[in-house]
Amino acid sequence: MTVHADPKGVLTGTHFIDGDHACCEGALAAGARFASGYPITPSTEVVERFAARIPSVGGVFIQMEDELAASIALQGAVWGGAKAFTVTSGPGFSLMMEHIGYALMTETPCVFVDVQRGGPSTGLPTMPAQGDMMQCRWGSHGDYEVIALAPNSPQECFDLTIRAFNLAEKYRLPVMFMMDECVGHMTEKVVIPPADQIEITPRRLTKQAPDEFLGYKADEDLVPDIAKAGDGYRFHVTGLTHNEKGYPSMTVKTQDKLIHRLQDKILQNADDISINEEVDLDAADVVVVAYGITSRVAMKAIQMVRDSGQKLGNRKLRIGMFRLITPWPFPDKKIRALAGRIRGFVVPELNLGQMSREVERASGGLAKTIAVTHAGGTVHSPEEIAEAILEAAR
Amino acid sequence: MSVTEIRFAGFGGQGVIMMATVIGKAACIFENGYSTMTQAFGPEARGGAASAQVVLSDQPVLYPYVTEPNILVVMAQEAYTKFSPEVRSDGILIVETDLVRVTTAVKPGVRVYGVPATRLAEQLGKKMVLNIVMTGFFTAVTGLLAAESVRNAVLDSVPAHSKDLNLRAFEAGFAYGQKVLEGSVTDLATV
Repeated sequence: MTVHADPKGVLTGTHFIDGDHACCEGALAAGARFASGYPITPSTEVVERFAARIPSVGGVFIQMEDELAASIALQGAVWGGAKAFTVTSGPGFSLMMEHIGYALMTETPCVFVDVQRGGPSTGLPTMPAQGDMMQCRWGSHGDYEVIALAPNSPQECFDLTIRAFNLAEKYRLPVMFMMDECVGHMTEKVVIPPADQIEITPRRLTKQAPDEFLGYKADEDLVPDIAKAGDGYRFHVTGLTHNEKGYPSMTVKTQDKLIHRLQDKILQNADDISINEEVDLDAADVVVVAYGITSRVAMKAIQMVRDSGQKLGNRKLRIGMFRLITPWPFPDKKIRALAGRIRGFVVPELNLGQMSREVERASGGLAKTIAVTHAGGTVHSPEEIAEAILEAAR
Repeated sequence: MSVTEIRFAGFGGQGVIMMATVIGKAACIFENGYSTMTQAFGPEARGGAASAQVVLSDQPVLYPYVTEPNILVVMAQEAYTKFSPEVRSDGILIVETDLVRVTTAVKPGVRVYGVPATRLAEQLGKKMVLNIVMTGFFTAVTGLLAAESVRNAVLDSVPAHSKDLNLRAFEAGFAYGQKVLEGSVTDLATV
């Protein structure tokens, strides 16, 4: 079920803004009315704009004392009925891991924006990297599934932030919005449509009577409906393993049921969640798998190889592109199917090999995977990706 | 596919980023092109050197950074020294003549244009608009974008109370550029 966006938060028009600002506008359009943050480069502009815009839209921005506080304050706002998010970069993202786990366990719908910079530690504050892709998947302890999105332009920072909020509400979990410094600080045209053309997923508020309500009894889609504080419902929220009532129940049986449900609500709905851009995959010899800013550099590399007239036998080399718009959940089935009919994958990313391992795992040895690694600080040169494409074709 | 790479460079406070924003906006909002603007972030962006890059294209821009500019606009000697060797041999170099001395030999084939943008801005009563003077000059000598598009982008980018002043700054730079093209002005500070 969707509704139209609240026009108060929608800055309809054509803008020339950077990815950080576009992300903020996406959050406002999606209905976010609370953000708690501990601003950090290169994500600062997201909350800077939010802090400037929210008084006239109606809502709250609060700069907390640190990332631990920022990442839990927003969850209080969610249980109070608001749509909420926080914004950070690598060092702050590391500090937020405990509370990301809390949001996963308590099924708190919210969005964590990570504008990735070079790491580890304080690393390269003003320069791009994509080194948090595994951290956003596995960074908090225990077993769980996440949803992550990776925009490759300011326009997508707007569009996909809305999608991130919608997925958070539909599946009740913290959604990871994985930008990179390059996309965050890049200024391009961003078109914001009228509010009545923006589809918003509202909170799945329970329709049950207060005395019948069970806060963690899941529907058919494995997601429970939620109650809002102050509406007369009694509910209990805990990071401990809990039963359908939300009360701690630390038994093997409850743990097994709960943890499998948290996993399955994502995996069983993966087809609904997952979006990828698939370019020229039919009859491709080599497929480049990329995301974020690297996908654009990779497309340039593909054009370079095509323009150079590279041949495979007596015909032109065919190169496709599989862009991970939602790196998580990983599109296992699609990569496996491709692996069965191509020569190899090329996976450029601004890290020393993270999503490339997933491509390798999912392809199950049916095709080779060439990782084009980069420690971060800038983007790849298209030439190095082009070289890997030729190697994969051999 | 036609791609034009432009770098704007100078001191912090000269409005280098604003120039890049106006040109980028003119191309993708007031004309039907695509543009991507990036800027130098970090300690160097405060006070000292400032630079911004714009890539214009008739197709969506893939690679976001400038590698070999077709056009370089410099408003400080330091920026000139650092960036002038990058310009393509069929490119254009635009300098602020009172602030930049074209000391080293640029690649043969590079067209060099100069404008005393700061002085012209001072004549309009506000030094601050030197960047818009330069933007007007850029528009005239490059012929890359329609004057009307850039004018609209200027008006769209500056506060309401300074629209008139900025418009006059744009026209002053544009008129100077037309004179330079006609050959009636040649005050390029070369040695």
